[in-house]
Amino acid sequence: MLRTRLPAVAPWALLLLALIAPWIGLYPVLGMRMMCFALFACAFNLLAGYAGLISFGHAALFGGAGYLTGLALTSWGLPTPLGVFIGICTALAIGLVMGLLAVRRTGIYFSMITLALAQIVYFYCLQANFTGGEDGLQGIPRGNLLGLPLQSDRVMYYIVLAVFVASWWFMRRIVQSPFGQILQAVRENEPRAISLGYRASRYKLGVFVLSAGFAGLAGAMKAVVMGFETLTDVHWSTSGLVILMTLVGGLGTDLGPILGAVLITALEEKMGAISRFLAHVTGIDWFHQLNDSVSMVIGAIFVLCVLLFRRGIVGELRAHFAAWK
Amino acid sequence: MTEVFGFPLPLLLGQLMLGLVNGAFYAMLSLGLAVIFGLMDVVNFAHGAFFMMGAMFTWMGGQYLHLNFWWMLLIAPLLVGLFGIGVERFALRRLRGIDPIYGLLLTFGLTLLIEGVFRSFFGVAGAPYNPPGSLGATLDLGFMYLPAYYLFAVVVSLLVCIGTWMLIERTKLGAYLRAGTENPALVQAFGVNFPLMVMLTFGFGSALAGLAGVLAAPVIQVSPLMGSNLIIVVFAIVVIGGMGSVLGAIVSGLALGMIEGLAKVIYSPISTTVVFILMALVLTVRPAGLFGREK
Repeated sequence: MLRTRLPAVAPWALLLLALIAPWIGLYPVLGMRMMCFALFACAFNLLAGYAGLISFGHAALFGGAGYLTGLALTSWGLPTPLGVFIGICTALAIGLVMGLLAVRRTGIYFSMITLALAQIVYFYCLQANFTGGEDGLQGIPRGNLLGLPLQSDRVMYYIVLAVFVASWWFMRRIVQSPFGQILQAVRENEPRAISLGYRASRYKLGVFVLSAGFAGLAGAMKAVVMGFETLTDVHWSTSGLVILMTLVGGLGTDLGPILGAVLITALEEKMGAISRFLAHVTGIDWFHQLNDSVSMVIGAIFVLCVLLFRRGIVGELRAHFAAWK
Repeated sequence: MTEVFGFPLPLLLGQLMLGLVNGAFYAMLSLGLAVIFGLMDVVNFAHGAFFMMGAMFTWMGGQYLHLNFWWMLLIAPLLVGLFGIGVERFALRRLRGIDPIYGLLLTFGLTLLIEGVFRSFFGVAGAPYNPPGSLGATLDLGFMYLPAYYLFAVVVSLLVCIGTWMLIERTKLGAYLRAGTENPALVQAFGVNFPLMVMLTFGFGSALAGLAGVLAAPVIQVSPLMGSNLIIVVFAIVVIGGMGSVLGAIVSGLALGMIEGLAKVIYSPISTTVVFILMALVLTVRPAGLFGREK
């Protein structure tokens, strides 16, 4: 009974948890960070999970949008929604150019090309004046939304949650739409889809741009929530991070990326406490270093995930339940 | 002073020379990547980390064991090669037969892991490494003063590249390798121990990266992060040259190093991205790369 109902109930349970989380001990800013990365991972999953195109350059869309939103809110003094909109447009534009070039190749080449193109954005952000270079863009104001002041973390939390839920639902609709079905057909067998009369590369470009838009929304929202934007968000390590989040949760599943993003973000946040604990328990001082190089832990999870559970948490669970039925 | 297109000639030649040094490293790295990819369908993201390990081992050997450069030129690539063999044996081998993207993801994770371990011991600040005394001289080329070591690095890299190319194209071992690239099952059926061949090839490719690292140690600041930015440039070079083409890897590595040097003179902010922009251009004209074949 529970097994068959679980897929239908799980999203509602997660939503309920997200609604009450700020009242049962979740620090709202951490919660918002998690949701921004969850949205980013869902956007990545739309492209990687359903179209089978593993982009290694999604940080350029995420960070690029964050920088432009930051610029619009600080220097141009635009209202917050307009700033976020400009961020999304930036990501769409970068995504269109990247997509046009990258969908010419598939598989591993696609990954390498997106990675290289994202480096152009990274170096541009490193050298441009408005980004503040190594210091980053500081003091991005949250402003208001429809007269609602966003300074309060809890108000902001629920707005981010609403945006996240709407985006997640919209992406789910995309996957279930005829467009999404064709995408999956292209992923499974591209020559056959082409022979059926579908222009595969147009569909791939379409989903790339859609994914870029949502990645941009995530990046723009993160910039508004955190109040700053740094080079980390456009760096290739962030592109890798979003792949890991999606992979840990389950590539091509609707809830996997959310789960992965929450877990990895929580891990990053709590690394200090974990490293202190390990150093205390084992008496090995070296464990204190873990806090400074979170990337080492991320790398280790990456390796284990690829070797041991490629389907991710949700994917493994699903296979487990399917076997039980 | 002679000028070409409004740029002083000595400056132009000088940057071309420095570009050639970088290009030699690019060529060695993309060569290793191409050999590994040809046989295993694995894009080795950890190639940059292997490069860094080669340089770090060289520095550590001098610092802790007082082994000079020449010893490390021998030992460091061997160590990196052995490490590569371990990676193949215990990790990559398990991914054979599934989507090649997992090989890229695994080696990406491995890169973060290796870099993180080195960072936790040595921090992110680099350390300089002096070239061996016998190569400490500076040559006067007329248009610039070139450290003798740079010339040495270029010559050694070129020799290694040509040697590898000969090994693949002219020897029996190379014939096995090329056959394995075409059809692994058939090669195995003829009695060649294919898994062993894959393991050794990966080890060899890793050792090449390690050797490039040793050669680069006196040129670039040695630090745990020296490999990761380089590897993305090398990826772009490999896309330009055509994946899996050994000659393409060597030629485009050298050429793009020099183009990067020229870009420094003409418009320096673009020098970090010129390779990526060229890659985008090549992709629009020849998606398979300059020397590649569409599969």
